[in-house]
Amino acid sequence: MKNHLPRRAFAIASIVAAAGMFPLLRGQDRDDGKVYAIRGATIHTLAGQPIEDGTVIIQGGRITGVGSRIGVPRGAQVVNAQGLHVYPGMLDAFSYVGLTEVGAVSATNDITEKGDFNPHLQAAIAVHPASEHIPVARANGITHAVVAPGGAGLPLGGTGRGTPPVIPGEASLMNLNGWTWEEMLVDPAIGMVLTWPTIDMPRRFNFGPPEDEPSDPSFRKAEEKYEERVAEIETWLEASRHYGRAKQAGSLEAPDSKLEALLPVVEGRQRVIVVANAARAIRNAVAFCQKHKLKMVLAGGAEAWKEKKLLSEKKIPVILGPTQAIPEEEDDPYDKLYSAPGELHEAGIKIAFGSFNSSDSRLLPYEAAMGVPFGLPREEALNAITRNPAEILGIADRFGTVEEGKVANLIVTDGDPLSITTEVRYLFIQGELTPTDNKHQQLYEKYLARP
Amino acid sequence: MTGLMRFSGRLPGLPLALLLVSLPATAWPQSRPLLIQHANIVTVTNGIIENGSLLIRDGKIAGVGESLLIPDGAQIINATGRYVTPGLIDCHSHIAADAINEGSIPVSSMVGIEDVIDPDDIGIYRALAGGVTTANVLHGSANPIGGKCQVIKLRWGKPASGLIFEGAPPGIKFALGENPKRSNSQPGGRRIDLHPNTRMGVNDVIRQAFADAKHYQSRWKDYEKRKAAGEKRLIPPRRDFELESLVEILEGKRLVHAHCYRADEILALLRLAEEFGFRIQTLQHVLEGYKVAKEIADHGAGASTFSDWWAYKVEAYDAIPHNAAIMVRKGVLVSINSDSAEEIRHLNQEAAKTIKWGGLSEDEALRLVTINPAMQLKIDNRVGSIEPGKDADLVIWDGPPLSNFSKVLTTLVDGEVYFDREKDFEAREQIAKERQTLIEKEKESQKKKKASGSDKPAEEK
Repeated sequence: MKNHLPRRAFAIASIVAAAGMFPLLRGQDRDDGKVYAIRGATIHTLAGQPIEDGTVIIQGGRITGVGSRIGVPRGAQVVNAQGLHVYPGMLDAFSYVGLTEVGAVSATNDITEKGDFNPHLQAAIAVHPASEHIPVARANGITHAVVAPGGAGLPLGGTGRGTPPVIPGEASLMNLNGWTWEEMLVDPAIGMVLTWPTIDMPRRFNFGPPEDEPSDPSFRKAEEKYEERVAEIETWLEASRHYGRAKQAGSLEAPDSKLEALLPVVEGRQRVIVVANAARAIRNAVAFCQKHKLKMVLAGGAEAWKEKKLLSEKKIPVILGPTQAIPEEEDDPYDKLYSAPGELHEAGIKIAFGSFNSSDSRLLPYEAAMGVPFGLPREEALNAITRNPAEILGIADRFGTVEEGKVANLIVTDGDPLSITTEVRYLFIQGELTPTDNKHQQLYEKYLARP
Repeated sequence: MTGLMRFSGRLPGLPLALLLVSLPATAWPQSRPLLIQHANIVTVTNGIIENGSLLIRDGKIAGVGESLLIPDGAQIINATGRYVTPGLIDCHSHIAADAINEGSIPVSSMVGIEDVIDPDDIGIYRALAGGVTTANVLHGSANPIGGKCQVIKLRWGKPASGLIFEGAPPGIKFALGENPKRSNSQPGGRRIDLHPNTRMGVNDVIRQAFADAKHYQSRWKDYEKRKAAGEKRLIPPRRDFELESLVEILEGKRLVHAHCYRADEILALLRLAEEFGFRIQTLQHVLEGYKVAKEIADHGAGASTFSDWWAYKVEAYDAIPHNAAIMVRKGVLVSINSDSAEEIRHLNQEAAKTIKWGGLSEDEALRLVTINPAMQLKIDNRVGSIEPGKDADLVIWDGPPLSNFSKVLTTLVDGEVYFDREKDFEAREQIAKERQTLIEKEKESQKKKKASGSDKPAEEK
């Protein structure tokens, strides 16, 4: 086979491969043919001062006008938003939305594939558009979400046990509306997920089967295992570089979907979303990504505050996990995860938030808000769930603010979306007026009416 | 005070009240009165007093009003712009416990949390920092009838015995559904073959236990009667600590806190309790309580639920964040609990969610984490609202207590400060120093070890 692959066939194959093996996976603007005009609201564009008594025009899935003196196009459906507020829709920057339905029922979980290195997998095709979690998240103003494979951050890796895969695949950016995953899709490969290996010491009380227990429970042994894992990542990256060179030289024996998927990563074109929480893991991951010239985004970052100097110097953005979480160490300040977002922001690090969850994705605004009484400026908390993640993920040209030309993912609320008591009245996803109704609302109405 | 009962050799049937009288009164009196001034005092039971004063004397609330005279020698806290609420109460917690589940048997009513209170659990301090002053610490949910609960005050720094909420009625945990069925817990990957395995079985275990308890109760009654009649050479029945707890339930002396999720199992438990003539004090979690709120109200059970957790297991798939609100509207006494060392740190926010989901008023929402759980635990004569005569368990917030932009500044238990944000900052520096000293010491010892070529710690030589 060597060097005998017909040139044209190879060219096509490489185009297919370059598009992430799935040339059809491309998010497109949807157009329900309707024109909307949101009128009378205070518009928080997040790209400048709020516009009082303003109007937003939505057409063909995009925002086509924002301002205080804007005419309403003929035939537009008018949403009277007097006294209400318009904000960009929220982006859950790391979630499992649609990949799992009932945590305890493994048959409903599609987060964690077998195998430690699956860079060629993409989350998008496993997103269940009929998941009840989607309308529930939406009702609280989440309009789009990064759906990540792997299960890092879930108890025991989301598989019920064991550690999550090292490279579980590509996270996908999904709009939280659509009849099919294809209609929901914005980008099938928004970032390659890398779960930074941890030095796992055996738990003191392990009720698991004996085979789970390392024979030598010393730290050195655990560290060796960790180093092996890191070396494995290096091997994969090296293999992909070789693969790339062979491909360029036209000397490829056979296509390899895994090495192909890693090409944009090793070439520094594709960002790597590195899940790491402990300070040591963060340090090591940063050093590794620097060494291999990878475009790193840190996710999780429970102890990112300990490494803020490093992260700031290297300009590494952080997708923080929930702030409403227990600090890593017993003698950490009680409010450490509450105050960390403010500290990171002050250090000049761009922060966003992820729910690292599916059913709890709706809590995203409250995770961000928790930072506010502990030092995160209120505007920045809002940025961190709208424009910051868009900037971090390289989609700020289309998402994150209420500006002309952007995808019409926005919410109309009766107050500050960070506040628990605020309600989302209207929701637009890809320019479509999307119902806020959901399973919870339906059960509420049904049983409240029970005689 | 189950421990006291146990060692007093008390026989079943002795009125509990007699024992409580002999217990020590609230300890740690404050010699100096404390006056909080210019605060927005959210009393919970008597509205909000703006720019009000609150006087604390001997660990109790001595006065509340728009302006109070400053007693001689009083310490004064200027709380201008601050909000003062009663300490929050968590009706379902597992903090401060060294063990949770005696899961080896379907009925574990002989064991109790009181015996495993861990006063060093950092969860206590973190909960204080979220404004919680009282918690109902429960046994786990591995068995249909679990162990005895312990109501504690978060007196961080006191020994285990100092955490006990003196005089709080004793309680016990029941559990229904997936947990006692062991649907999701498969230790070591092995499905354990235990009875019960279905909701029928769970109900059966409880019914059989109470049938046994009734029999045990009648044997003791018979013995007491014959003894009272002067009969000689009587042999008392053999004591059974498992059944003794259940007899206390039948006699209304021990409060049942039943972990449950689905409407069917809730209803079945209520009917079973009615069959044996006792009342379920609270249904815990009770995520489908909204489906049978009428029946819960009619039975007279309270309901203590989560704000918005759902979908983590099948029986939580119909959980809705409006649960608390529907039950309130249908006449159930409702509280919001944490069941989590994390969530306990922001119960105020969890309560606030019922304003959004179900439309409760602010007043109703705050009750869910103050006076309502106090009533459920039957300690509302002591805590749960700001009223003269009640324990000075108080929280000073820097903003409205239901806002998620507010934080706790100071938490008091029995009039004593157990959390203070400023003091916490001071302590941080000490902790950092201590940590550094320990690290240096360890480095030094490692050096010595290497130098001496021994792997034994230097001190041991």
